[in-house]
Amino acid sequence: MWDAPGIVGLPDDREEPRVIEFDAVHKEYPDGTVAVERFSLIVPSHRVVALVGSSGSGKTTLLRMVNRMVDPSSGTVSIDGVDVRSMDRVKLRRSIGYVLQAGGLLPHRSVADNVATVPVLEGRSRRQARADALGLLERVGLDTALADRYPAQLSGGQQQRVGVARALAADPNILLMDEPFGAVDPIVRDQLQAEMRALQADIGKTIVFVTHDIGEAFALGDEVVVLRTGAEIAQQGAPAEILANPADDFVASFVGAGTAQRTLRIRQVDGRDVVVDGDGRPTGVLER
Amino acid sequence: MNWLSQNLHIVGQLLADHLFLSIPPILLSLLISVPLGRLAAGSPRLRTPLLTGTGLLYAIPSLPLFIIIPALFGFSLRSPATMITALTLYGCALLVRGAADAFSSVPQDVRLAAAATGHSRWGLFWTVELPLAGPVLLSSLRVVTVSTVSLVTVGAVIGISSLGTLFTDGFQRNIDASIVTGIVLTVVVAFALDALCVLAARWAMPWQRAVSRA
Repeated sequence: MWDAPGIVGLPDDREEPRVIEFDAVHKEYPDGTVAVERFSLIVPSHRVVALVGSSGSGKTTLLRMVNRMVDPSSGTVSIDGVDVRSMDRVKLRRSIGYVLQAGGLLPHRSVADNVATVPVLEGRSRRQARADALGLLERVGLDTALADRYPAQLSGGQQQRVGVARALAADPNILLMDEPFGAVDPIVRDQLQAEMRALQADIGKTIVFVTHDIGEAFALGDEVVVLRTGAEIAQQGAPAEILANPADDFVASFVGAGTAQRTLRIRQVDGRDVVVDGDGRPTGVLER
Repeated sequence: MNWLSQNLHIVGQLLADHLFLSIPPILLSLLISVPLGRLAAGSPRLRTPLLTGTGLLYAIPSLPLFIIIPALFGFSLRSPATMITALTLYGCALLVRGAADAFSSVPQDVRLAAAATGHSRWGLFWTVELPLAGPVLLSSLRVVTVSTVSLVTVGAVIGISSLGTLFTDGFQRNIDASIVTGIVLTVVVAFALDALCVLAARWAMPWQRAVSRA
């Protein structure tokens, strides 16, 4: 995030805090598998927190606890100090934006109707909700001509954008993202990540997202939480802190410390500083 | 042709009887099978008893069924209600399994996405599961439609009039034209109702065509 007026000093309508707190949550399934073992974390409002880990780290289970797709066996998840278990599931879910891998769109609804899902469920008129949906499509960089198409007629990247638009439609304070850009090719992914950062600079939601891709965690997260099996926190901190100081071998190998991609050097070329990776491949020019 | 033109009035009446006996059981079995199929698809514990139970109905030979139903429900032997009840049971025998398969075909990730965006259970059923189960449900419904139309003719044997009466009558009195008319019209009715199902589905599921064109 960069310093720009109205972004760091949040405007009044965003004063409302949206702090998510996991307090010693534990999830054990009936077959005895422990997905999450006594996990605690505070997600500060208006920040982007990435939960990153390989499969079996329990990261998706943690995410689903926030909107009660999964209830913990013990411990509590609370939003602004209110235990989510005391809230109505359906109302809670409508108040939280959810972005799924590959968009998670309803295949039998047009793009505009998909975006309008939550406002319509909340009783907004279809006409009004569709009109708002067009604005949201533009916001996520989609041509409004796509509004009447069905999801299967869109590319993966377009579907993902529609998924983001749908999550924003009810103007939630909290956004949950499950491997948001995992199903699209690397070029589209980089583009979507850049746009997501720009969007977040503008809207300032509290965002929790899970990914197995450390690159995505570093690209989007203000704070990154590296998880071991059973959602044990291996390290937690800003991307730069984790890169500079991996807590142990597990984190080091997870972030790829020591690999060619992560060990950059500076080489002088024609009086300029060119950054090269461990294999000597140039990756960019150092600005002074 | 001569026979047909002289008996047009009777044939028309039998055609109307046939439709009156076919359409209610098709609609009733759809109405009964959708909730049962959804139950079977949603609960592994109920699935086997429901599917086996309804499947066994098809093993009951039709003539004894025409005797049992009046005895059980107090209808008179030749009442259309007997026929409609029997055909509804046969329809369910096929359609409960079809509906269970249809609901099982709804992708789990779509169900999950719909729940995560705040659909209530009821809303999820009506606006997501039922439409997405539509294509598979339609294929079973078409089988039931055609089989019901042809089964209605069996009633002629116990004196419930339908296009089947044209066969029984034609055999007894040796009128080939009557038999042929009965067969042709039964096939026509079956095709017409089947086409109606397809048209209704096309109207109800516009995304199907849009996506297959893409």
